[in-house]
Amino acid sequence: MSFTPHTEQDIQEMLATIGVSDISDLFDEIPASLKGFDLTIPNQQSEQASSIRAQALAEMDKPIANYIGAGAYEHYIPAAVWDIVGRGEFMTAYTPYQAEASQGTLQVIFEYQTMMTQLTGMDVSNASMYDGATALAEAVLMSVRAAKKARNIIVPKNLHPHYREVVRNLTHAQKIQLIEVDFTSEGTVDLSALKDIAADGLAALIISQPNFFGSLEDVDALTDWAHEQGALTIGVVNPTSLAVIKQPGQWGQAGADIVVGDGQPLGVPLSGGGPYFGFMCCTQKLVRQMPGRIIGQTVDLDGRTGYALTLQAREQHIRRSKATSNICTNQGLAVTAATIYMSILGAEGLEQVATQSMLNTRKLVNGLTETGVAQAFGSHFLYEVALKLPMSAEAFVTGMLEHGIDPGLPLSRYFADQTDVILVCATETKTQDHLDAFIAAATQVIAANGGK
Amino acid sequence: MTIGNNSISPPSQLIFEISKPGRRALSQMVSTQEAEAKALLNELPAALRREEKARLPEVSELQAVRHYTNLSRKNFSIDTNFYPLGSCTMKYNPRGAHRAAMNPGYLQRHPLRSQQVNQGLLKLLHELQDWIADLTGMQQTSLTPMAGAQGEFAGIAMIQAYHNARGDDARTEIIVPTAAHGTNPATAVMCGYKVREIPIEDSGDVDVEALKAAVGPQTAGLMLTNPSTCGVFERRIKEIAEIVHEAGGLLYYDGANMNAILGQARPGDMGFDVLHLNLHKTFATPHGGGGPGAGPVAVNAKLAPYLPGPVVEEKDGKYEWATPSDSIGRLSSFMGNVGVLIRAHYYAMTLGREGLTDAGALATLNANYLMARLEKEGFKVTFSGRRATHEFIISFQKETKQYKVNAMDFAKRLLDYGFHAPTTYFPLLIPECWLIEPTETEAKHELDRFVDVLIKIREEAINSPEVVKQAPHTLPVKRLDDVKAARELVLKADFEQIDAAKANQQ
Repeated sequence: MSFTPHTEQDIQEMLATIGVSDISDLFDEIPASLKGFDLTIPNQQSEQASSIRAQALAEMDKPIANYIGAGAYEHYIPAAVWDIVGRGEFMTAYTPYQAEASQGTLQVIFEYQTMMTQLTGMDVSNASMYDGATALAEAVLMSVRAAKKARNIIVPKNLHPHYREVVRNLTHAQKIQLIEVDFTSEGTVDLSALKDIAADGLAALIISQPNFFGSLEDVDALTDWAHEQGALTIGVVNPTSLAVIKQPGQWGQAGADIVVGDGQPLGVPLSGGGPYFGFMCCTQKLVRQMPGRIIGQTVDLDGRTGYALTLQAREQHIRRSKATSNICTNQGLAVTAATIYMSILGAEGLEQVATQSMLNTRKLVNGLTETGVAQAFGSHFLYEVALKLPMSAEAFVTGMLEHGIDPGLPLSRYFADQTDVILVCATETKTQDHLDAFIAAATQVIAANGGK
Repeated sequence: MTIGNNSISPPSQLIFEISKPGRRALSQMVSTQEAEAKALLNELPAALRREEKARLPEVSELQAVRHYTNLSRKNFSIDTNFYPLGSCTMKYNPRGAHRAAMNPGYLQRHPLRSQQVNQGLLKLLHELQDWIADLTGMQQTSLTPMAGAQGEFAGIAMIQAYHNARGDDARTEIIVPTAAHGTNPATAVMCGYKVREIPIEDSGDVDVEALKAAVGPQTAGLMLTNPSTCGVFERRIKEIAEIVHEAGGLLYYDGANMNAILGQARPGDMGFDVLHLNLHKTFATPHGGGGPGAGPVAVNAKLAPYLPGPVVEEKDGKYEWATPSDSIGRLSSFMGNVGVLIRAHYYAMTLGREGLTDAGALATLNANYLMARLEKEGFKVTFSGRRATHEFIISFQKETKQYKVNAMDFAKRLLDYGFHAPTTYFPLLIPECWLIEPTETEAKHELDRFVDVLIKIREEAINSPEVVKQAPHTLPVKRLDDVKAARELVLKADFEQIDAAKANQQ
């Protein structure tokens, strides 16, 4: 069952033009010893049969109410977003190498770049990276390129553990020193913890706002500290939260230098882990160090405005071994979704998503107080929070799954000593009924475990 | 037939020009307790709050829908145009695969969902891991790399980890042919290696003597695309593998061109130790205007312990995420581009072993037919006398010299006739070239039309070269000034200008 249009007559005519008698003749340059193997992949089948199988796999697991955030957030996506993204003209185009035949994709990305600079308060944005973690790794490499000699990076331990791992794995061959700093009992990074770190050779400080525990950092003080050491500040942010909290371009006296994050919350479904997109913004000064595709405005022969890939001299297909990165792909389709999502919601809609999520998460925290559940860290949070349970977090998850609720992420999976802490997020998708059901189930599960 | 004719497509406004302060897409306002919710902001310290709203568009839902629908019409795509972009495998993306990936059961699944309620997805991914290993002649697969370039990174990092684990850590070089994709040398450098380039012969094959001279105790590995970027099969591949292995190096297979040999030959049998596949090429997942892709890696037994995690393992009929024993670790936030993997799984399941083998065969038939026709019509086929694989190269060096109309001019004029241009000026070492990949899903009729149009453009190049040199003429914009775009960087909308223009209208 392949999607090929050839009739037997077509094939015969084509072979005659080529001057061979059989298709197998076209493979006569492949050594015979490489041919003649058996594949174990199943036999072909119809679209109908495949669709039934795909549906069955999707429905093998019962539906579950999700309260996990941890870098991927369940938000309502207006129907119009993926209806338009699904148009073949967007979906089945490739990288806009032929600008004149790709003005749709190019203008969408130009508008996206504009929106991201507005949201982050930064000067410029690229056309996107694979995801938040890889965007951060690229930001680390970029800060080292900009610093020329300094190769030390401060990585707080309250940065998403997956991001810490990805940064380590993608930069380890580049002789970069990653210096980990602890968080305080508030879950945040304290200036005093940074004081012992020698400014010598410091290329950048990474600040996660909010951090992995959902807590808000004192970004002004941290940014200014980094700048006083002659280092750059790399902000890792959640784009939805920027509707309500200070944009990185305004952090401290001079603002952050590079800002990255995962764009998934902006209209991209959870989809088991991807495809999402990473965003990257920076100051004008650093634009030539930025990796990835960048779209610029220009004019055509008649002076009419148009858009094209620009600054390509940084990229692998031109610079090869001297490129700023090996990256070739961006996440164009997910970026298209984000652009339409931001257009439809606007700043007002985005603010409502953030504040309603804050309200829902607070209702959940307040409703759980009686069961002996409390905030694990004392600091300010938005719509994700670390909660200390009167029982093991893993056992709590098992109990809640019985009620059809995936209640959050046990921190013990990343921090061995945090056995009774769970990271919980209730976005605007949750109704009062959902929250009541969570609280009722949690009360039962905790009571069954011996109560508080 | 062309798209985006100027007469029906007015110059595009930016969405910000349509925007008007105070306008809301009301049906999308989600807050049910607005005052209570917004009051929470007052509990945050002022220093943490945002003072000034971001300037995002303020448009109605219809205004957004119309704006982006009209923008989509300014794109060429597989669904609307023949798109023979070499080395990119722009074949039909089945709608069934799209529908499978858009199943709400998958869309609402959090990446960190508890494994006991994530069995359906894990089973699907486990099957895809097995199928990829089967089709490539490898032993194990990791689906996590986000795109081809990240698959390359994973592959070279595994080669490095393998050497280091054996205490064989003085290997500092990766060998790459001059015709390789730019991602190959860029990846080797990201992994801390020096790149040593080796030439290719006039036949398009790697210069084996040069390879022999290049290998040594410093060789960590060789990165090779086979069929090569020259559109020919590397005939001495087994000898090449022996030379590299003899020197203690490993072989990396860049799977960009796997579509040509699907079901015909397998990289594992050729002697490769590790490879990546571009699912958005070989497995027909949509390219989406530049992504998302997916670049799974598959390895033989030697490298299996080093695969990037997480991978899916089966134990007693249950599926779970696992990390291989000496894994190079996690390379992205979660579990790879799962939505792309679901589409690839659907594609492999539908085509099955017969369909996948047919795909490779007919992709090769289409390329050889198109090459034969163009050669008969007097176009210069670079590796004449060789079989084309799924793609081939023609050069406009003669036309450039005789008529002062170069490969890019031909490419731009092709757009006027409703065909996307082939890949231009790649591989870099062949002057004024096109890399043409028709794919198996194009009909003979479409290939014949392509030949007719090229003949016509050549006539134009002779009789009215300016028409070709200034092309395109019928698209939403004429030829764009790339130099200006790079020199006077304008990377975002100018709100001052937009506001001034609006003020003038009032």
